[in-house]
Amino acid sequence: MAFLSSLVNGLSLGSIYAIIALGYTMVYGIAKMLNFAHGDVIMVGAYIAFCGAQYWGLPPVLCVLCAMAVCTVLGVTIERLAYRPLRQATSLAVLITAIGMSYLLQNLALQIWGANPKSFPTDLIAFPNLSLFSGQLKVSGVTVVTVLANLVIMVALTFFTGKTKMGKAMRCVSEDRGAAELMGINVNRTISMTFAIGSALAAIAGVLLCTAYPTLQPTTGSMPGIKAFTAAVFGGIGSIPGAMVGGLLLGIIEILSRAYISTELADAIVFAVLIVVLLVRPTGLLGKQVREKV
Amino acid sequence: MKKMFALMLALCMLLAVTPVFAEETVTLKIAHIGPETGAAAVYGLATSRGAAIAAEEISAAGGKYKVEMIDEDDQHDAEVSVNAYNAAMDKGAQMIVGTTTTTPCIAVGALAYEERVFMLTPSASSTAVTADKDNVYQVCFTDPAQGSASAEYISQNALPTNVAIIYNNADAYSTGIYQTFEAKAKELGFNIVSVTTFTDDTTDFTVQVADAKNNGAELVFLPIYYTPASMILQAARTMDYAPVWFGVDGMDGILSIEGFDTALAEGVMLLTPFSADAQDEKTQKFVARYQELYNEIPNQFAADAYDAVYALVAASELAGITGDMEAEECCDKLIEAMQQITVEGVTGTMTWSANGEVSKTPTAVVIENGAYVGFNK
Repeated sequence: MAFLSSLVNGLSLGSIYAIIALGYTMVYGIAKMLNFAHGDVIMVGAYIAFCGAQYWGLPPVLCVLCAMAVCTVLGVTIERLAYRPLRQATSLAVLITAIGMSYLLQNLALQIWGANPKSFPTDLIAFPNLSLFSGQLKVSGVTVVTVLANLVIMVALTFFTGKTKMGKAMRCVSEDRGAAELMGINVNRTISMTFAIGSALAAIAGVLLCTAYPTLQPTTGSMPGIKAFTAAVFGGIGSIPGAMVGGLLLGIIEILSRAYISTELADAIVFAVLIVVLLVRPTGLLGKQVREKV
Repeated sequence: MKKMFALMLALCMLLAVTPVFAEETVTLKIAHIGPETGAAAVYGLATSRGAAIAAEEISAAGGKYKVEMIDEDDQHDAEVSVNAYNAAMDKGAQMIVGTTTTTPCIAVGALAYEERVFMLTPSASSTAVTADKDNVYQVCFTDPAQGSASAEYISQNALPTNVAIIYNNADAYSTGIYQTFEAKAKELGFNIVSVTTFTDDTTDFTVQVADAKNNGAELVFLPIYYTPASMILQAARTMDYAPVWFGVDGMDGILSIEGFDTALAEGVMLLTPFSADAQDEKTQKFVARYQELYNEIPNQFAADAYDAVYALVAASELAGITGDMEAEECCDKLIEAMQQITVEGVTGTMTWSANGEVSKTPTAVVIENGAYVGFNK
C-alpha cells in the first residue's frame, strides 16, 4: 500500500510536470526555440489567479479564465518585443534573451507582489479527494483534475495541430520556415499564435501547480519549469504525447527514488535516467527519428 | 545672480558650522547588508525595515546618538555581498548590521575581520559565522542552541517522544539545528523513528510526511523555515495525519503568509525569541510602527535587526564612539563594549559572550485560533 501511495504521489507530481512540459514542447516544436521564460509565465498565471480569488473575489472559473487571458497577452507581448526582433539571430542569442526574460518576469513579480510567499487558495479547484481501499489510499482531487486536464489538452492540441488550418500552418512553420513563408503562410502570426496557446496553457499549469503545492513566490515557476523542460526532452521534445509521458514518468521516478533510495539523490537519479534515455534514444522516448539529409 | 550665489555660499557655511554648536549629537553611520531582491528577499527586507525603524526611533528620541542607515542589497549571494560591503564602506559606514543570511555572512565576515570592521548579524545563526572572528556578533540564537533547547523543551514538558524530523539538508541553518537536536534527543532517550530531508527546490513533501506517518511518529520536529513548513502541513492534511508539530524560529512567519489557511497551523508549537503578539510596550510600539509603514506584521528577522541597531547604539555609547571615527577605530572599542552591555530588546534580554554568541531565553508559543499563545508548563 505504501508503494501504491508513493505511485499516486508520483503521478500527482508527474501530471504537473506534464502539463508544464506540454507548453514547452508546443513552443519548441513550432518556434524551434527554448522559451525559458515559460516557467515564469506559469508563476504570473498563478499570481493572477491568486489575486482573482483573494482580492477581487472572483469565482474559481473566472480566476482561471482571467489568468489565461493575462498570460496569453503576456506571452504574445514577450514574443513580439523580445523574440521576434531576433528571428534571424543565432539560436544562442534567442536562448540568452529567454533567460533574461525569465529574470525580468521574476523581478517584476517581486516588485508587484513582494517577496513574501503567499499561500495559494487550495479550494480553487474544488474536486473531492478520492479515497480508495477503505481509506488506505488517498488521491487528491487536484491530481484527478490535473490528469484529466492533461488528457483533454493533449487530445485538443493533437487535433488542433492535425486538423485545423492554423494547426497545419504551425506544422509547416515547424518543418521549414522559409518554405512555409513562400507558400503564403504568415510566419509571424503563426508563431504569435503558438505563444498565445503555450501561455494560456501555462496559466492553467500555474493554477494546478499552486493548488497541488500551495506556495506562491516570484521563483515558484523556475524549478518546476526546469524539471518540466527535462520531462519534455525525456519524452521527446516537440512531441505532444511525449511531453505527457515524459512528465508522468519523471514525476514517478522522482518520488519513488525519494521514497525508496534517497531523498538527497532523487534529482541526481532523475537526471541519470534522462542521460541513459538520451544515450539510447537521442530524440527522447516518443521523439521523431529524423534523418538529416545531406 | 552673484548675490544669489553668495547667499547660497553663506547658507552652506551656516550649515557646515551648525554641528559645532550641537556637538552633543553624534551621527552613527550603520550599514545594513541583506538580500532585498531574489529568493531570500523576504529576510533581507525584514531586517532592513526592522533596522530602519530602530534608527528612526533612536534619531527621534533626541539622545546622544542619531543613526544614519546605509542600506545595501546582497541578493543572498556571497560575491554580491562582498561588493555590497565594499560599497557600504566607501559610503563611510562605521559598523555593520548584517549580513542577514549565513552564507554571505561568512564571506563578508572574513573580509571584515581582516579590515577590522565590527559586524552584528541579526539573523545569520550558524556558528561558522562567528568562529575564529572576534569582530562578528549575533543577535539570533546559534543553531546548536536552538536544537538542544528544543529537545530539552520537549522532554521537560512531557510531549510525545516518538519523533520524526524533516529538515532541509541543503541549508546550513536547518542541518545545524537538526544535528544538535538529534544528539540531545538521543541523550534524553527519545525514539527517533523517521529522519527525512528535502532541498530548497522541493515542492512535494508527500514522501517525507508519509514516512513520518508510516513509522508512527507522534511529534514531528521541523527545524526549517516557514515556507516549506506550510507545504508540509498541507501535505499532512491531505493524508489525515495530525501529530504534534514542533518548529524553531524559522517557523515564525507562518501565520502571516498571505492566503494561508491558519487552521492548518493549529497546535503548531515553536521556540522563538520574538512574538509579535507580546503585550509589552516595546513590542507593541515596534509592531504598530512596522504595520503602519510596511503593512505587514514583523517577523523575528525584523525584530532581530531592530534589536541589533539598539545594541550597536548601546555599545557605541559605552565605547564612546564619535561620528568622525573610522570603522577600524570603532571595531576594537565595540568588541570590548559588546561583552559588557545588557540590551532589553523585543527579542528578550540579551548579553554577549566573547565568542560573539548571544544569551537570551527562548519562549515556547503554540498557535491557537490563528494566533500565538504562550505555552505554559
